[in-house]
Amino acid sequence: METSTISRRELLKGTGALVVSFSLFGPAARALAQAAAGGGEPEAASLDSWLAVAQDGTVTVFTSKVELGTGTETALAQIVAEELDVPFSRIHMEAGDTSKTVDQAVTAASRTIERAGPQLRQAAAVGRRELVRMASEGLNVPANQLTVVDGVVSVNGDAARKLSYAELVGDKRFNVKMQTSGTGWDLKISPDVQVKNVNDYKIVGESVRRTDLPGKFTGEFTYAQDVRVPGMLHGRVVRPPVVSSKPTNVDESSIKQIPGVVKVVQDGSFVGVVAQTEWAAIQAARALKVTWSTPSTSLPANPDELYAYLKNTKSYNDQVTVNKGNPDAAFVQATKKYEATYRWPFQLHGMLAPSCAVADVRGDSVTVWSGTQGPFRTRKALSDLLHIPEKNIRVIFREESGCYGRLSPDDAPHDAVLLSRAVGKPVRVQWTRADEHGWEPKGPAQFISVRAGTDAQGNLVAWDYMERGFPWTESAVNPLLAGRQIGMKSVNPGQGNGNAGGGEAYEFENQRVVAALIPWSQDPPTPLRTSNLRAPGDLARTFASESLLDEIAADLHVDPVQFRLRYLKNNKRVTEVLVAATQAAQWKEHVPHSTPSSGAKAMGRGVSISGRDGTVTAAVAEVEVDKSNGEITVKRVTLAHDCGLIVNPDGLRNQIEGNVIQGVSRTLLEEVRFDANGVKNLDWVSYPILTYRRVPDVQIVLINRKEMPALGGGEPSTVPVPAAIANAVYDAIGVRVREVPMTPQKVQALLRSKPAAQSA
Amino acid sequence: MAQITLNVNGKSRMVDVDPTTPLLYVLRDDLELHGPRFGCGLSQCGACTVIIDGNTVRSCSYPVSSAKNKQITTLEGLGSVAHPHALQAAFIEEQAAQCGYCMNGMIMTAKVLLDKNPHPNDEEIKRALEGNLCRCGSHLRVIRAVKRAAGERVAGVLSNG
Repeated sequence: METSTISRRELLKGTGALVVSFSLFGPAARALAQAAAGGGEPEAASLDSWLAVAQDGTVTVFTSKVELGTGTETALAQIVAEELDVPFSRIHMEAGDTSKTVDQAVTAASRTIERAGPQLRQAAAVGRRELVRMASEGLNVPANQLTVVDGVVSVNGDAARKLSYAELVGDKRFNVKMQTSGTGWDLKISPDVQVKNVNDYKIVGESVRRTDLPGKFTGEFTYAQDVRVPGMLHGRVVRPPVVSSKPTNVDESSIKQIPGVVKVVQDGSFVGVVAQTEWAAIQAARALKVTWSTPSTSLPANPDELYAYLKNTKSYNDQVTVNKGNPDAAFVQATKKYEATYRWPFQLHGMLAPSCAVADVRGDSVTVWSGTQGPFRTRKALSDLLHIPEKNIRVIFREESGCYGRLSPDDAPHDAVLLSRAVGKPVRVQWTRADEHGWEPKGPAQFISVRAGTDAQGNLVAWDYMERGFPWTESAVNPLLAGRQIGMKSVNPGQGNGNAGGGEAYEFENQRVVAALIPWSQDPPTPLRTSNLRAPGDLARTFASESLLDEIAADLHVDPVQFRLRYLKNNKRVTEVLVAATQAAQWKEHVPHSTPSSGAKAMGRGVSISGRDGTVTAAVAEVEVDKSNGEITVKRVTLAHDCGLIVNPDGLRNQIEGNVIQGVSRTLLEEVRFDANGVKNLDWVSYPILTYRRVPDVQIVLINRKEMPALGGGEPSTVPVPAAIANAVYDAIGVRVREVPMTPQKVQALLRSKPAAQSA
Repeated sequence: MAQITLNVNGKSRMVDVDPTTPLLYVLRDDLELHGPRFGCGLSQCGACTVIIDGNTVRSCSYPVSSAKNKQITTLEGLGSVAHPHALQAAFIEEQAAQCGYCMNGMIMTAKVLLDKNPHPNDEEIKRALEGNLCRCGSHLRVIRAVKRAAGERVAGVLSNG
């Protein structure tokens, strides 16, 4: 798929930067770049903005949806190959370059396949229609007497009469306008074009191998961390050790003995160093003596203070997911009442590779390479930061490590442009591990109260669910860390943290589900800044709703699967996914903790469902709890998954395995610890994640719904994991863990307080 | 600055660097070898793993001066996309990664494991890889890939083992 290097040089001419370490720019890309050079990015309505056929038959697909390690690039390529009738191996994806792609919105929220899939499919269908029309003219045969196989259009019954896509349009533009509406996620392309019948699919639905993986196993793949630009210098940012404070003195003489230091950069409370080598930059950043002012704000001193703040502070936005009947009155009248609260801490995205970017600022022209989930979002943010028009800024995506939402607000480009502007040369910024743990925007903490009531017959008639959580302070329109350090102010209180998982999948007679947003500090920035972390908020919300349901089932002496099914009668897909998971796990109907184990180690099983943007899952967790020390070991998770039509079964399994493992890690181990001054766990020893020793077996059941569109698979399978574990722990030892992480200390404390009733 | 000769992937390479520089930055910045990756700089995650004289070394915390007169192998030294090593081929076969950033450490650590113990069981594989972090959760696939590589070596299906 690699093409000539001449075109690459031509393409890059005039951008002010030559990139040494990547290729894959074909003649088609050149044609498109030329089009784009006329003004801004490509137009959504032009077919040439999406597809280009080269003379060797390679089809380049242009998309602003980027590969984050979840395999979507391969899946999108399958969708195009299918619709265009070309072999998968001939598709080349050109992703995330703002000068060459249409803005399809940030790659996030498990919406790439769901939203960008149809956009690319429709464009490919228009391309195929156009190619067949051209072949019809060229062969002088009506289009309905033509067949396309592997990018060759031939006459039915006379296969020798044929024209290939390359012969028809190789290295040339289509010059076809398409009907479009909406933008970003909501962009719709040519709704009128006839697409393939799903029953004719040959490539979509196959476990095609990931195109990016071989190079990742050999060192040939180019991550953002590997981008090198001629004349490039190395930068490091020096951030305050605690909550935001200002540098009152920067002693440049403290690093004069380090050879290769180019400049110390200071702008407001932003401090950085630029050096000729990476090692000099690291040493200079460590050695630079900065005196910081006493911070003007402080963090809550401990988790209790944090949760009290969440519980007692007035919300500024209440998102009501369900409001049916009269839950308050129904609760008062209920025969049996249940109330509980649940606590979920700040957690890290924990990218294995700390943030990194290369920036080249030349006057009012900017080129940036980074792993941003939203190249256009980053372009807009850099425009606001630098006061340079967006059209003068080119953001080029290069993959970083898995980021799980962390690079929706991508900080490193902001640091890199400030340093590059200060020295007039390209600068590469690499965050340290402590920077990343300390200053990445965290997954927000949540505090959830649920109350429910049953009538005399044991029917759940009242459900009142209230989540209180923080927004994402790093919303799309707010300045990021460097911007705040140079004095920019937030323009809104932040973006909501989602609202799914509060029991809305069930039908209860009186039901209220609310997600309330609690204001959270933004200016000046604190280390507890927040953003979207995989399946934002859903793990905690589902942990609360599915735990309390399990508690009610146990109290009523009902099998928890049967209890759930009573309230899912009108929810066919959730019912089926729950049944599928329990069958695969060989679930035996039982009342939780009805046959307690007498040994030192107790086994238990728990179940949970989840729904997120149309994708539904169910999990059965099997745990072993060591009663002597409170340690929970998750032995196995069985997960059933329905995301509509499946594009790549093995890719989906890969994602589910990862989600389950990450979900177990977040449930058992992960909590950002802090005190009034800042974050305390700044490395992997103090913020442990799940390792090989504790990885469970994962059993997966995929439900493929050919009659449905393909929905998201990026996040949903991590959602039911915490509740399934909590319910399995109750089954094993008879205590309800209502706070994550479920550490041995918490389990031991609960065991000690047993059998006395646990307070809500 | 000092001129240091390194033996990397069977070739002699001269670099002119501060001798206290961790080997990782010399490999990545001076020799343009991107297999070893920066993950923490603290010897905690394993992304920077290289093999020196037959043992795994965390190159982020290993001064380049200590590598003189030693045989250094990086991920690139095992094989390429065109000619993958048996382990790399097994990782491809099992599709054993999501983002792949940690996989340098997984493969290099597995290489040393298999060199010393050609037929590890699951527990031995887990123990060997315990100190290598993966945030995406590709652990189960990595274990399968290592087992596959071990098995196929025996069967002689793949060359280059």
